[in-house]
Amino acid sequence: MLSRTADNLFWLSRYVERADYLARILEATSRLAMLPGAGDTAWASALITAGCYDAFKEIYGEPTTETAIEFLAFSDKNPSSIRRCLETARFNARAVRTALTVEMWETINGAWLELQKMNAKSFATGRSSQFTDWVKDISLRIDGSGHRTMLRNDAYWFTRLGFYIERADNTARILDVKYHILLPEASAVGGGIDYSQWAAILRSVNALTAYRWVYREELRPWLIADLLILKPELPRSLAACYGAIVTNLDSLSNAYGRHGKAQRVAQTIQTALQNTTIDGIFKIGLHEFLTKFIADNTKVGQAISDQYLA
Amino acid sequence: MAFNEMLGSDGGVRAPYAGVSRWLESVNLDQLDRRRAEAELFYRRGGITFAVYGDTQGEERIIPFDIIPRILAGKEWNVLAKGLEQRVKALNLYLADIYSKQESLRAGIVPEELVWQNPAFRPEVTGVAVPHGVYVHIAGVDVVRIDENDFYVLEDNARTPSGVSYMLGGREICYRLMADLYGAHNIAPIDHYPDELFSTLCSVAPQRAGESPNVVILTPGQFNSAYYEHSFLADKMGVELVEGRDLFIRDDHVYMRTTEGPKRVDVIYRRVDDDFLDPLVFRPDSMLGVPGLFNCYAKGNVALANAIGTGAADDKAIYSHMPEIVKFFLGEEPILKNVPTWCCRKPDDLAYVLEHLSELVVKEVHGSGGYGMLVGPQADKAAIADFKNRLKANPANYIAQPTLALSSCPSFVEKGIAPRHVDLRPFVLTGANGVKIVPGGLTRVAMREGSLVVNSSQGGGTKDTWVIDL
Repeated sequence: MLSRTADNLFWLSRYVERADYLARILEATSRLAMLPGAGDTAWASALITAGCYDAFKEIYGEPTTETAIEFLAFSDKNPSSIRRCLETARFNARAVRTALTVEMWETINGAWLELQKMNAKSFATGRSSQFTDWVKDISLRIDGSGHRTMLRNDAYWFTRLGFYIERADNTARILDVKYHILLPEASAVGGGIDYSQWAAILRSVNALTAYRWVYREELRPWLIADLLILKPELPRSLAACYGAIVTNLDSLSNAYGRHGKAQRVAQTIQTALQNTTIDGIFKIGLHEFLTKFIADNTKVGQAISDQYLA
Repeated sequence: MAFNEMLGSDGGVRAPYAGVSRWLESVNLDQLDRRRAEAELFYRRGGITFAVYGDTQGEERIIPFDIIPRILAGKEWNVLAKGLEQRVKALNLYLADIYSKQESLRAGIVPEELVWQNPAFRPEVTGVAVPHGVYVHIAGVDVVRIDENDFYVLEDNARTPSGVSYMLGGREICYRLMADLYGAHNIAPIDHYPDELFSTLCSVAPQRAGESPNVVILTPGQFNSAYYEHSFLADKMGVELVEGRDLFIRDDHVYMRTTEGPKRVDVIYRRVDDDFLDPLVFRPDSMLGVPGLFNCYAKGNVALANAIGTGAADDKAIYSHMPEIVKFFLGEEPILKNVPTWCCRKPDDLAYVLEHLSELVVKEVHGSGGYGMLVGPQADKAAIADFKNRLKANPANYIAQPTLALSSCPSFVEKGIAPRHVDLRPFVLTGANGVKIVPGGLTRVAMREGSLVVNSSQGGGTKDTWVIDL
């Protein structure tokens, strides 16, 4: 297929995944911000997780619930607001609509049309959960329509790679922003606020219920890190993302009859994740581990780009 | 008084419209309105849109679709199809001639200066052989009907005519929404158009391409007004939709950048104008084309559809000579009529036109899309005065024709069902194995009462066109 088509598919998925992730951050933070004493730092932390704190501060100064939601959800001034992500996704989709099934295209285009009808009021405080629910629903429909209707060929694999590379990055960033409350010694501090913070992390990766099914005990920060990094059964864990990245890259190399740097780097990351434990990670340092992971994940994205998309 | 295709000249329902007439009596307006809304939703959700240049408000618009189909009897169509085939054959022979021996010029069929001074004439392709002598692989010939038996050609669009996706989309909507009426007619199918187009394109591939040539569509990109159509056709033919930046030249061959490395391209259905195809030969500022493409084309390593330079055959000044062109190259009487045309570059014609502006339609020689034209009978004094000045300043840029009474068809408009003026754009394919035309074409309808301008950029809509067994 055309390199440009593959590139558009890859980024289309990344933007949809990012919109979904931002919706989860918004939702988790809205809950957190309602707790006494948590509001001040909650939105700053959310903006840092979304990678747009500096841009925000330049325009608004200190975050409030209203300004942070506006900026993350809807603002034109934020190139990765949810709205802009969905618009960019649709732009990419329109550029390659021949590579999409009708079902996928209509889902994306339908979402974009609905978005045109929304305005700042649609995101006002108290209504933001309606909006985040809508965004999550859209990403489920795009993901689902792709899964159910696309041919299993390179177009599909590039789409999947976009989802998983972005997802791995997002999960790692959530962990990294919150790493200080996940250190084993943090549990000694304890208290209601920490509990809510931990729950917020799990909510932002859709894993609060999953945690209970996997560990069957109360929230422990190191187990949260274990779940999000190493448990392949959690769809947003780094291990699960890399399982999928390696599989999809293998499908590409089998179809094209050529193995490249992307395959090698991804395989190395996966092997490392399989051969480590959460204790081992805490020994290296959680922050150090995540910093390296984010850099490695970016390398895989770059290698995919060099190998196929240029 | 315009010819009403349903009611005819004597007021009785014409045979092809018997079914539609009965059906119109049985449906109520609410039902029609619901179907119209569903059709609109179909276009919106599908992103079946077009862009109007210079309009910042509606970046993507949908074209209004009128759900009441236009009907042509099979025997009417057969005559029309023969005329179209004849006309396009003549266009191809004429182009082959002006880019090689130029016998028609020596014979005085077309005044030489009309060719040399024509900006769409491309001296660069003189002597460049095109596969099977085909220049115009896809033509969209605009035809209007005046009465029971009179069809006139209004324009020969031989460059990159668009609208075929609306023809096919309209049929799709009729399948979905008009099952009652659809089922009651025996309609000639058109769904195979993409297959016919694909085989036409394959048939002109360079020989070395072998059994399965690599065909692509070249689009200017998603900001082009016809982008939807480009992607639609690529999808239906199963070929890549490329932009200039996806292509590059190596050793006088064209390649596209793919995830598996370079892949050679054999046939390009280009929806990019000549001017923008190759910055090394044509406009140097073009970002839409491929540097070096012309050279590959001249060496026969890649086929372009349509060929370079076809604009020399379809402007409105050459148009007036089409009857002679048909006779000269085919030795036949033209089957389709030509609208009498005054060429304002001729002083006598100009004088007549200036005298009769309020009766005439004046068009730019190279205009399209309904831009820059004057419909005399519907223009106010100021517009006529303005056109007078423009004509005097640059007479060669204009032609004039009598205002034709375009036929009308029953259409569903805000007030209910009313006649609206229509034209017809059939799509004529020419490949190594001759001419193919899917029955019917795109009917364009002027949705405003009394309006004669059917272009989508001017608020025109479309209808499905049914050629029925009769």
